[in-house]
Amino acid sequence: MARDHSHSPPRPDHPPPQTRHRFLDLALNELLIERGLYTEAELRDMIASIDSVDPSTHGARVVARSWIDADFRRRLLNDANAAIADIGMDPGTAQLRVLENTPETHNVVVCTLCSCYPRALLGRPPAWYRDREYRARVVREPRAVLAEFGLSLAEEQTVRVHDSTAELRFLVLPERPAGTGHLAESELAGLVTRDGMIGVAKR
Amino acid sequence: MNVPQSRPHDLGGSPAGPVDQAPHEIPFREQRIDAMVNLMRTKGVISDWAELRAGIEALTPEEYEQLGYYERWAIVAAEIAVRRKLVTREELDARIRHLAEKAS
Repeated sequence: MARDHSHSPPRPDHPPPQTRHRFLDLALNELLIERGLYTEAELRDMIASIDSVDPSTHGARVVARSWIDADFRRRLLNDANAAIADIGMDPGTAQLRVLENTPETHNVVVCTLCSCYPRALLGRPPAWYRDREYRARVVREPRAVLAEFGLSLAEEQTVRVHDSTAELRFLVLPERPAGTGHLAESELAGLVTRDGMIGVAKR
Repeated sequence: MNVPQSRPHDLGGSPAGPVDQAPHEIPFREQRIDAMVNLMRTKGVISDWAELRAGIEALTPEEYEQLGYYERWAIVAAEIAVRRKLVTREELDARIRHLAEKAS
């Protein structure tokens, strides 16, 4: 299976499909349905259920709540899974830790080994989160990577990079912007982005 | 000092170019693999996410480099389904041949 790499570097996450691998997933899916492991309807429901998780309606809601409810914020930082379940949301099956940004410390999340991500709160990870470049570089030169995302941090602000695992996921809690004291929880949630909760944006 | 060679998935700290931030639409095929693996997990065929990750980490460097992200998931899911005796390797291979012929 010789492939000519001389003209361009390999892009491990977006190669053209090869024959065996091209049909393996479809073959496996058909056989699992025939064996009765799950039905076509369950597959459709699962796709819809994964699609329904959106950072703006899930993660951002948790962040906004923590901005207006000091008791919730304390519980969230102490035991995120329990605090999130308490407000009727699904924190996911892995242990979740919420990382509080402060004027002194900025947090950013990566999974250097694969793509572990708080999917119950942020949905599917963006392609760049799974790509070689982000995973390789953010642990070595986080400030340079954050600058590429348009986030320039003050020299004196500490950057902490958190490497996720299958068992432990992270969600960044951005700082509440100044001058938002009059906003309702749903309006505050509108200020929070996916990138802010990964830590590659201010909020 | 004998430094163990790092596995292909272990990317932290290695040199790499700029991050490609362009949004990627997720193709239906990848959504289906994602859902299939999640169903295998909720039905108890995959015992936990660490099992999926262990399978991905066991891929050869060639496989890891050449496969797409969700293709790696599908390969490991197939290995696990064979190990749990839900399907046999022969059944999988026969179905792959059938699908490939149908598509050509």
